[in-house]
Amino acid sequence: MSAEKLKLYQVGTFAVGNRLLDPEQRTVQARMERSNTLTSGHRACRGCGEALGARYALDAAMRATDGRLIAANATGCLEVFSTPYPESSWQLPWLHSLFGNAPAIASGIAAALKVKGRNDVRVIGQGGDGGTLDIGFACLSGMFERNDDVLYVCYDNEAYMNTGVQRSSATPPAARTANTKPLGDEPGNVFGQGKSAPLIAMAHEIPYVATATVADLHDLEDKIERAMEFHGARYVHILVPCPLGWGSEASETIKIARLAQETGLFPVFEAEAGEVVAVSPIRQRVSVEEYLRTQRRFAHLFGDPPRADVIAQLQSRADRNIRRFGLLAEEAA
Amino acid sequence: MRSQLEGSLAVAKAVALCRPEVISAYPISPQTHIVEALSDLVRTGELAPCEYLMVESEFGAMSAAIGASAAGARAYTATASQGLLYMAEALYNASGLGLPIVMTVANRAIGAPINIWNDHSDAMSQRDCGWIQLYAESNQHAVDLHVQAFRLAEELSLPVMVCMDGFVLTHAIEPVELPTQEQVDAFLPPFDPRQVLDPDDPVTIGAMVGPEAFAEVKYLMHAKQMQALDLIPDISGSFSQAFGRTSSGLVRTYRSADADTIVVALGSVLGTIEEVVDELRGEGERVGAVGITCFRPYPLEEIRAALQGARRVIVLEKAFAVGLGGIVGQNVRLALSGHAVSVYDTVAGLGGRPITRRTLRTLIADVLEERLEPDRLAFLDLDWKLVERELQRVSADPRSGPHAENILRDIGSVAASAHGGAR
Repeated sequence: MSAEKLKLYQVGTFAVGNRLLDPEQRTVQARMERSNTLTSGHRACRGCGEALGARYALDAAMRATDGRLIAANATGCLEVFSTPYPESSWQLPWLHSLFGNAPAIASGIAAALKVKGRNDVRVIGQGGDGGTLDIGFACLSGMFERNDDVLYVCYDNEAYMNTGVQRSSATPPAARTANTKPLGDEPGNVFGQGKSAPLIAMAHEIPYVATATVADLHDLEDKIERAMEFHGARYVHILVPCPLGWGSEASETIKIARLAQETGLFPVFEAEAGEVVAVSPIRQRVSVEEYLRTQRRFAHLFGDPPRADVIAQLQSRADRNIRRFGLLAEEAA
Repeated sequence: MRSQLEGSLAVAKAVALCRPEVISAYPISPQTHIVEALSDLVRTGELAPCEYLMVESEFGAMSAAIGASAAGARAYTATASQGLLYMAEALYNASGLGLPIVMTVANRAIGAPINIWNDHSDAMSQRDCGWIQLYAESNQHAVDLHVQAFRLAEELSLPVMVCMDGFVLTHAIEPVELPTQEQVDAFLPPFDPRQVLDPDDPVTIGAMVGPEAFAEVKYLMHAKQMQALDLIPDISGSFSQAFGRTSSGLVRTYRSADADTIVVALGSVLGTIEEVVDELRGEGERVGAVGITCFRPYPLEEIRAALQGARRVIVLEKAFAVGLGGIVGQNVRLALSGHAVSVYDTVAGLGGRPITRRTLRTLIADVLEERLEPDRLAFLDLDWKLVERELQRVSADPRSGPHAENILRDIGSVAASAHGGAR
């Protein structure tokens, strides 16, 4: 990434306030000319990470494409809260078809643009973790392997929030959902299941894959802009906390997203043609316990009796990510 | 130009003449030759500009067609059988969004038991998905219907399914008159979409609609389909003028005007039925035939008019509603409401069983000589001995095993008995 490295620690989080930056380095969100692609008036919950993620990602994509963008949206919270008939929060051409076909819809749009010689217009597909990793996975893999000219963005809030918080293949172990309740000996979602969509995307050797969180706006915007420099299939996976589903404070969405990264539970990296080319190093390592305590979906781990054994298992998952992606290997910037 | 062509190749060439801009394809027998031929035409540049997407499933094929159509491209795909069911959710979406996609269905049975041969179970299962359904009687008819389908779809902004019997038509080599590019271009104007995804004029398509407007949107789907009942005869009239041959629009009658007994059917079996009609006419029987080309929307008035003089109507259909009976038969009864007509529902040709002149003659004789009762579902050529043997086996043994394997063993298709060998 081209951003200049600054050491400004005033906000206590290593985040750099926009006001301290050169105007050219400020975020898209900080600019007067941001497109407000997902504009105000939608009906997302208070503190919704997905609404933030979609706004950040699409405004960055709109800036990168000079506003020449079409979006295909999977069924899910993002679709429901943004388009209650007859209102729409979308300020770009937007199509919702079904839950499981957003990647194929995007492929079809890209094919139509190509055949019509509309090289100026780009295509984005988007959906939640259920629409992307589960029901839409075949279409997603098809879009990847054909290397269709689509950027697909997954807003991962780690469960089926739109239907009332049921487990998806992105739900972390031990998390309480509506169908992984803390009942029985192994409370919450089981260990040894689930999948990493970014790693599977990389296995398709598509031009660009990245992960991001709503806690690091510069990084998220840079990755969307970087993704738009490529043609072919691209995948950006954004962690978006869900206060409703996670049982967290609406005011803590950003903080929780940051903790997910700083624990190592959600590795933030980017990959080109199947190879990891950059990771966001952990700057202030925190224990998973600090992260888990912010969310009632993990409250049963701190009950009576407390489940130190389960917390240790989750810590070892974070430790494995840190080793695997080298999240502490480089000196903190 | 008139040439000897396989049905699939003829349809592929006709589709190519309609200049589809995006084709999505996923292989399933007996649709494969159509999409293979289109791939060739795209690769050689004969069909250009056109994007050919080899997708991962029929669900993906219909979805890509939806995306392409919403972005303003003329979109086409083809499928059959299980593939049509696999795209069912997307079929309803395409019609609900009002996207004028054209699709060929190479009609094939639905499993289980798995069967690749022809019947109409696939298309009939989707008769109410909001697509216009046209059934071809011959390969010439299939070619002509495809050319009309694009115009019909785009004028109404509704998707159209052209059904042609798998193998019977798709793999049959027949003389076919293919139109020229100039003729098709004159008949079919470029696609001017009613709605399009365009950054210069952004619209939201596929918004969530609650009880306050859902019924109205659905009603408009119905109203547009009903418009097709007027539009199809218009288009088929223009087609006749432009191409110099008639092409059935809604319903086609054959020697039915003065007939006492009329056989109603869809698709390629009408050819055999017409031969039998000719034979029986030669023998002095007042028999005729009515072919339903457009099954959705349902041309109730035209069918009523075509059947009103008959005393007996035999509905010969290649699908049925399990637990109820005839599907086409029930629709035909709607058209005959108030008429004193006996309707005979006959299921025939399931899973590719041939419907021959002999069996048709037997059927008609059974009706004329009152060996069949009206309003009772009959199965043409059913091997009752086999069925009864299996029913006895089921009642004698609570673990009698799978029906299909048992029956195949009974008829000798499976040599050794794997299950229940000692019995």
